[in-house]
Amino acid sequence: MRINFSRGRALSTVALASAALVLSGCAESEREGSGGGEGGEGDGTFVFAGSAEPELLDPAFAADGETFRVARQIFEGLVGTEPGTADPAPLLAESWEVSDDGLTYDFTLQTGVKFHDDTDFNAEAVCFNFDRWYNFPESVQSDDFAYYYGKLFRGFAEGEKAGEGIYESCTADGDDKVTIELNKPFAGFIAALSLPALSMQSPSALEEHQDDAASNVNTTAYSTEHPTGTGPFQFDSWERGNQVTLTRFDDYWGEAAKVETVRVVAITDAKARATAVQNGEVDGADLIGPADLQPLEEAGMQIEARAPFTVLYLGMNQKTKPLDDINVRKAIAHAIDKDAVATASLPEGSEIAVNFMPDSVNGWTDDVTKYEYDPDKARQLLQEAGADGATIEFNYPTDVSRPYMPSPADTFNVLRSQLEEVGLKIKPVADVWSPDYLDKVTGSADHGIHLLGWTGDYNDSDNFVGVFFGGETDEWGFKNQELFDKLSEARGIPTVEEQTPLYEEINQDIMDFLPGVPIAHPAPSLAFGPDVEGYVASPVNDEVWNGVTVGD
Amino acid sequence: MTIPLPPAAGHVGDPGDPGRGPATGAYEDDSKGLSLWKGAWHRLRRNPTAIVGAVIVLVFVVISIIAPLLTPYEPGSAAWSGQVTPTSVPGPSEEHLLGLDRFGSDLYTQLLFGARQSLIYGVVSTAIGLSVGAVMGIVAGGLGGWVDTFVMRLVDIMLSIPSLLLAVSIAALLGQNAYAVMIAIGAAQVPIFARLLRGSMLSQAKSDYVLAATALGIKRRKIVLGHILPNAVGPTIVQATLNLATAIIEVAALSFLGLGEGDPAIAEWGRMLVAAQDRFEAAPQLAILPGAAIAITALGFTLFGEALREALDPRTRR
Amino acid sequence: MLRFVLRRLALLVPVLVGLSVLLFAWVRALPGDPARALLGQRATPEGIARVNEVYGFNEPILVQYFAYVKALLSGDFGRSIRTGQPVLESFVEKFPATLELGLTALLLAVVVGVPLGYYAARHQGRFLDTAIVSGSLLGVVTPVFFLAILLKLVFANWLGWLPTSLRQDVRIDATHITNFYVLDGILTREWDAVWDALVHLVLPSVALATIPLAIIVRITRAAVAEVVNEDYVRTAESKGLSSRVVSRRHILRNALLPVVTTIGLQAGLLLSGAVLTETVFSFNGIGQYLFQAIGQRDYPVLQGFILFIALVYALINLLVDVLYGVIDPRVRVS
Repeated sequence: MRINFSRGRALSTVALASAALVLSGCAESEREGSGGGEGGEGDGTFVFAGSAEPELLDPAFAADGETFRVARQIFEGLVGTEPGTADPAPLLAESWEVSDDGLTYDFTLQTGVKFHDDTDFNAEAVCFNFDRWYNFPESVQSDDFAYYYGKLFRGFAEGEKAGEGIYESCTADGDDKVTIELNKPFAGFIAALSLPALSMQSPSALEEHQDDAASNVNTTAYSTEHPTGTGPFQFDSWERGNQVTLTRFDDYWGEAAKVETVRVVAITDAKARATAVQNGEVDGADLIGPADLQPLEEAGMQIEARAPFTVLYLGMNQKTKPLDDINVRKAIAHAIDKDAVATASLPEGSEIAVNFMPDSVNGWTDDVTKYEYDPDKARQLLQEAGADGATIEFNYPTDVSRPYMPSPADTFNVLRSQLEEVGLKIKPVADVWSPDYLDKVTGSADHGIHLLGWTGDYNDSDNFVGVFFGGETDEWGFKNQELFDKLSEARGIPTVEEQTPLYEEINQDIMDFLPGVPIAHPAPSLAFGPDVEGYVASPVNDEVWNGVTVGD
Repeated sequence: MTIPLPPAAGHVGDPGDPGRGPATGAYEDDSKGLSLWKGAWHRLRRNPTAIVGAVIVLVFVVISIIAPLLTPYEPGSAAWSGQVTPTSVPGPSEEHLLGLDRFGSDLYTQLLFGARQSLIYGVVSTAIGLSVGAVMGIVAGGLGGWVDTFVMRLVDIMLSIPSLLLAVSIAALLGQNAYAVMIAIGAAQVPIFARLLRGSMLSQAKSDYVLAATALGIKRRKIVLGHILPNAVGPTIVQATLNLATAIIEVAALSFLGLGEGDPAIAEWGRMLVAAQDRFEAAPQLAILPGAAIAITALGFTLFGEALREALDPRTRR
Repeated sequence: MLRFVLRRLALLVPVLVGLSVLLFAWVRALPGDPARALLGQRATPEGIARVNEVYGFNEPILVQYFAYVKALLSGDFGRSIRTGQPVLESFVEKFPATLELGLTALLLAVVVGVPLGYYAARHQGRFLDTAIVSGSLLGVVTPVFFLAILLKLVFANWLGWLPTSLRQDVRIDATHITNFYVLDGILTREWDAVWDALVHLVLPSVALATIPLAIIVRITRAAVAEVVNEDYVRTAESKGLSSRVVSRRHILRNALLPVVTTIGLQAGLLLSGAVLTETVFSFNGIGQYLFQAIGQRDYPVLQGFILFIALVYALINLLVDVLYGVIDPRVRVS
């Protein structure tokens, strides 16, 4: 076979070149003007790197931080927070009044607020949202979908939990007054309204694009293409696996956003996230690993640590011997050197914990039993309990980074060596975070001591200790009816001030009963490029980006 | 995934290649008057790459076995975690030859015991692959007919997925423990051995001496066990050695993907590599040392396997 | 020619069938209830009932299998447990990324590897040869992810010359049509997007290319060495044909065959290497998605992607066989 090479080659080169020429310009560029500009007023782009993609764009069905991060730019609730704190502040509701029995809430709404689809936000819209949640079909009532509404309002109109809900009714009075009636007092109601899951969504958009009874609410048109709220940014596009793009909403009722475009990308590796900030690939990133904070600062980046609103604890499953013995639990508490754990595995700025809630939460008290680091005492207690040399399973998650637990393996290792130091034999049990680890430690009795934690959603004591110890659970494996009753009672007290003494008492009881050891309140950190300004960090992640500027 | 390397021409045991039986069987001598194995040994001794490979393998095996004797510390003890912070990891010191790792264990100890883990994983998984694969191949080649077709289709299916991904799917099924890893990687090697043994069976079936033995009335089973299998030993050992190299790398890859043994107390090079990433600026040795260890060990097995293949191949005797 | 292709395609069918059986068995071998395994945490009683209906988990095994196959043939490969997105859709979305990466890596490996192997063979025994051979040996045994991590840490973290992650700078706001970013940029004349996509491809493709490069070097070297010693080359050279002419016409063409053969094998390496490399660089392809699916026990995605990858692998091997048949007609009649 003799192909004349040179001619063949020349021909193919010409063919390729002409093909390239023809192809280029085959499709239209969809960019407007000069892409991604800087300079000029309010023209810029803010690029932020989260740790994962959002699951969907309708916050009513979400429970993960990345979905909420995007949702906070698009949606607003009746109530917001004081910038940089966990305290409630007016937002879509200008003011409110609570009846003495804590069952009636009268809201006066902001006027002149529009949804992104140009419809009005008014009292009718508020009631539409409340009624929508109450009437969620059974298929989305589980924790996997309407988690927050279910937990806070306890029940729905139909289904298993029919008739248990505390929501009674919503009445619109004109355009800007609305009254919500509850049938049981809920002291944290106002604070809870700052959650993205309870934000106000456009009734017309919901009617047009959303189907709550869809077989998969994650992929409805509303949840993927038409989230419509009142926030400073509106949804532009979601290129799966790449970025979510938001653009400034020019008719925003509040302070207009300073940047034109916001892009949220997902970089799962913590170190890559940090490097992306350093290299200027992104303007900001969240959940920076403790090991990267110092190098970033040295490279001239800005680090912002949120005020800690988290708790990291070592849980002890009392269904597993010998953890049912209070002396063994006390021994474990004395064996732990919390400062060493924090130094070795938590970011700077983390606070050592003495309660199962951070000190900014109502009911925190320093007047609790503290178990000082005392290995000798630990050994003694173990011997008295006959548990010297006992083998204990220690569960921890692999391959995950939580705001309260940036590197579980490091935390695990420090604790393990401390526990082995006092004579316990530790059997490590590692699992993937989801579903294995979570299922095991919160959904089964098959675990020993484990690492877990919690980021507070809003400033409410029940959001911490109520969630942990409100009833018998697989995670803790104990039945302490007195504690359960006290928590129920506290939850029902109408106002926050009246709750305080009872919650303080509860915290003391908890630390005496010692179902687990609270270790620290880690401070999850953000990193920004040197040109970024105006980012206000919030302990409850209520971070809206309308004040952010990049450069100039 | 055997690291595919250029086969020497006319490799003994090429599948489906009748008439190319071993020019020298266990009974024949080559022109120099030495048996296959003795000849191979002589050639290996003079081959520098073989020696390098053999030395590496030997060092690796010895270290794996006597690891506890080489260090006063227990693996994975994390006893010095107090000295480690997120931004600094202590380097070499008097008590710690290579310093600590990010969890506070002695790095030198971790590396030593990591060798042991790699050896165990590698040997067990290759043994699994070899035994299951050999049985399959022998049965297929020996019985022929629909058994052969069925077994070979099975092999084709297993080969239709890149071996790492095959190992991944099996490991994902079996959970996060050592057995899962070994079975998964072993399973990925089964098709290779199956093909090898079947090919050897088929190519030898047509050779003169087997025909002669059959004509003499010697039972089939005896022919297989006494004549065919011994001739297949050589290529099988070569393949096993090369597969060991791959297995060591694949174990590390599985750890990287989060599928290996989870317990940090059990030192394993792959996991050390994964864990070392975010301390790279502070302590690059945490990543470089285990990675280099993996590469060098795999290199040793590869060199030795290659050299062995050349030594056993009658075609390259000139 | 056509018959050859059809014959090879026909061989594909039983393999795919067998694979579907294996995957079918795989889901049912998972610990726990298969419906729960497919739905994950989001398993509501309604969802379980629905899955049981579609997949027929409560039916006899054979019925289940046919329901499964029917679903496959109609393009229903299930939905991701985490995002609810159909598996087929996510594969089609992300595959161009991996293909772009793989092709770039392959191109690198061939363009760099063949000349290196050729020069090594032409200078056998000398320093250049030894250096190249040793280098290629090292390349073969270095784990892909180790190399990827090293490259990332040195060139992106330390030196800051190249980006650490993603496929493109989002600020460029490039238009994406085919999801092949380089091609998209050319099609829309967004040249900055083309450049940026190439820059983001450098580190991952270098990491991915290393093993194939090493193998191609060795194979080329062996093939060229064999041919160089053949008589007809010596004859041609002694006739006075310049060495360059001789090499182009005779040697390389014969060395081409083994290289083409290995490309089929490389495809497997590239696919599994992609899983590791994409993860290190947060490169949005099927490799990274598969890695995430493993971590989240997203079984529908795992099942679907492995099936797709096997299909791709088989098609690549078919392509290689066809190519082989074009180059060497003897193969076609065998």
